[in-house]
Amino acid sequence: MFIPHTDFERKEMLAAIGKKNFMELFLDVPEQFRFPDLDLPAALTEMEALELAKEYSDENNSTDELVCFLGAGAYDHYIPSVVDSLLRRGEFFTAYTPYQPEISQGTLQAIFEYQSLITNLTGMDVCNASHYDGATAAAEACLTAYHNFRGSKKKFILSNALHPQYRATIKTYMSGYSDVEIIQEDVSNDLQNKSSITSYLDKNTALVFFQNPDFFGRVNDLSSQIHIAHEFGSLTAMAINPISLGIFKPPSEYGIDIVVGEGQTLGIPLSFGGPYLGIFATKKELVRKISGRIVGETIDQSGKRGYVLTLTAREQHIRRENATSNICTNQGLMALASCIYLSILGKNGLRQVAELCYHKAHYAANQINSLKDFSIDQKSTFFNEFIVKCPRPVNEINSYLFDHGFIGGYELEKDYPDLKNHMLIAITEKISKDLIDQFCSTLQEAANA
Amino acid sequence: MNTPVDLKYSESDEWVRVDGDIATIGITDFAQEQLNDIVFIELIITKDELLKKDDKLGDIESAKSHAEILSPISGKVIDTNTTLSDDLSIINKDPFGQGWMCKIQILDKNELNNLMDASAYQKYCEGREH
Repeated sequence: MFIPHTDFERKEMLAAIGKKNFMELFLDVPEQFRFPDLDLPAALTEMEALELAKEYSDENNSTDELVCFLGAGAYDHYIPSVVDSLLRRGEFFTAYTPYQPEISQGTLQAIFEYQSLITNLTGMDVCNASHYDGATAAAEACLTAYHNFRGSKKKFILSNALHPQYRATIKTYMSGYSDVEIIQEDVSNDLQNKSSITSYLDKNTALVFFQNPDFFGRVNDLSSQIHIAHEFGSLTAMAINPISLGIFKPPSEYGIDIVVGEGQTLGIPLSFGGPYLGIFATKKELVRKISGRIVGETIDQSGKRGYVLTLTAREQHIRRENATSNICTNQGLMALASCIYLSILGKNGLRQVAELCYHKAHYAANQINSLKDFSIDQKSTFFNEFIVKCPRPVNEINSYLFDHGFIGGYELEKDYPDLKNHMLIAITEKISKDLIDQFCSTLQEAANA
Repeated sequence: MNTPVDLKYSESDEWVRVDGDIATIGITDFAQEQLNDIVFIELIITKDELLKKDDKLGDIESAKSHAEILSPISGKVIDTNTTLSDDLSIINKDPFGQGWMCKIQILDKNELNNLMDASAYQKYCEGREH
C-alpha cells in the first residue's frame, strides 16, 4: 500500500497534536475491539483476484446476452462508443464538481454545455448541474416548492402515474418536515378514468407533480390540469423522459414550473443502483430557490471566456439551515455522458431515436394485441412503453421469457394491486422487428407453458 | 465607515431612523461593505404585517455570501422599498438613503432604548472587520 507521508512527517504531525505515537489515536476504541481477529481468506495474487472477480461477474445476466423489454424508468438504449471513449479521458474521469472550481475550466464547461442542452430540450429557462437520478431530482423539486413558499404551503399532490419509486423518495426526503402533507392521487385506478388530481387542490397546495410520458408510458395533454393548479397558486412539476422530447412537445409549452427527469436514457448504461443522472430544470423565476449548483459563463479580467459556479450564495455551505437543500454534489461524469450523447446525435439524431422507439413500440403493441388472451389499452397515446393485460401472473410469464433469452416487462401489480396480470413493456431502438416477432411468439407460448 | 449620528443601530447591523412614530429601516454601511457587491435582495414582508423585534424582513446576497435582514424593533409594516431590485448597487452606494428597505409604525418606543447609538455601534464594529 502506498502512503505518501514519510515517518518523519508522521512524527511531526503527532508532535503537533501532542501524541507520542500513532496508537494513541485509537485509545477511544475499547481495547477488545481495537484489533479483532478477522476471518479472512488467504491473500490472492492479482491474477487470482481477477479470475475470482470474473467468476462472480459471469453470474450476472446483462442486456448483452438478453433482449430487454423492461423499462419502468430505465431503458436499454444504444450508446455510441464515442461516449465511453471521451468519458474515460483522464481529464474528465472524476464524478466530482471541483471544490476549487475555477481551476477546472474543462469540467465547468462540460456542465455548462449540459445545462444548455437540457434547457434547449425541455424549453425551460434554467437547468442545474444535475442530481443523482430522476427520483432524487423529483424530491429536490418538492424541496424547491416548499422553500419557494417559505413553508407556508404544506400540501404536495402526487399523480398516481408518477413513478412509484419517485413517490417513495419524495416521502423520504420530506419526512423531516413534520407538518407537510403528501397526497397521492387515489391508486385504485381504472386506467380509463380521467385523472382526478385537480380535485385535491386548495390554496395550501405547494406543488402538483405529474409525469409525462407517465409511468404507464402514456402521453397526456396536461395543459388544463396545470392551468387549474396555477389558479390555486400552486407550483407544478413534471417528470419527463428526455428521449421522448425528440418527438413530443417540450414540457415548457404546458406552462410547467419545474421539470425533472431520469437522464439515464441519454448515453448511460443500465446498472443496478446507478450511477444515473437527475435532470432538474425550472422557470427563471425559481432560480434563487432551486437546489444544486449552476455553472455560468463569463469573461475574465482580460476579456477571455471562462466558467464559474454561479449563484453559490443559495448553497448549503453559505446559507446553512436556510438553504433549499442539503445537496452539494452533482453527477458531473454522467452529465458529461449525456452531453456527449446529445451532441453526437444532434437534433435529427435524437428525433430519429425517438421515432424508432415510437414506431417499434407501436408495432410491438399491435402484434401483442393480436395474440390470443393478450390485450393492450388502445385508447391512450403512448411513446415507447405500454401496458399489456396477460392471461396469467406476470412473474410466471417472465420466468418463461427469461429461460428463452428475454427480460420481460415490469410487473405492475407490485405497485398497483388492482393491476393484476398487467405487464409494462418498453421498446427501444435496439430491438429489431425480428426480435419483436420472436418475443411475441414466446409470449404466446408463455400463456400456456 | 459612515455611521450617521441621528440613527439607532442593531447588533445584526440594521439602522433605524425615527420620525414621529414611523421608523425607517435599512442595513448599515458596515454591513454593505462586508457583503461587498450585492446581487440579490428579497423582502418577505407585506404591508400591514405585524412584526416582532428580530423577525426576518428578508434575505440579501452578494456573489459569495448571504445575510438575513432582521427587524430591529416591533411594529406594523407600512411601506417597503420596491425599487431596490431595479438597481441593487444603491444598497452599496447609499445604504442610509435610497437604500432603505422598509418603514414600520413603531409599536413600543421603549424598544429603541435597547439599540445602539452611533458611537456605540462604531465600537461594536471595530475588530469585526475581516
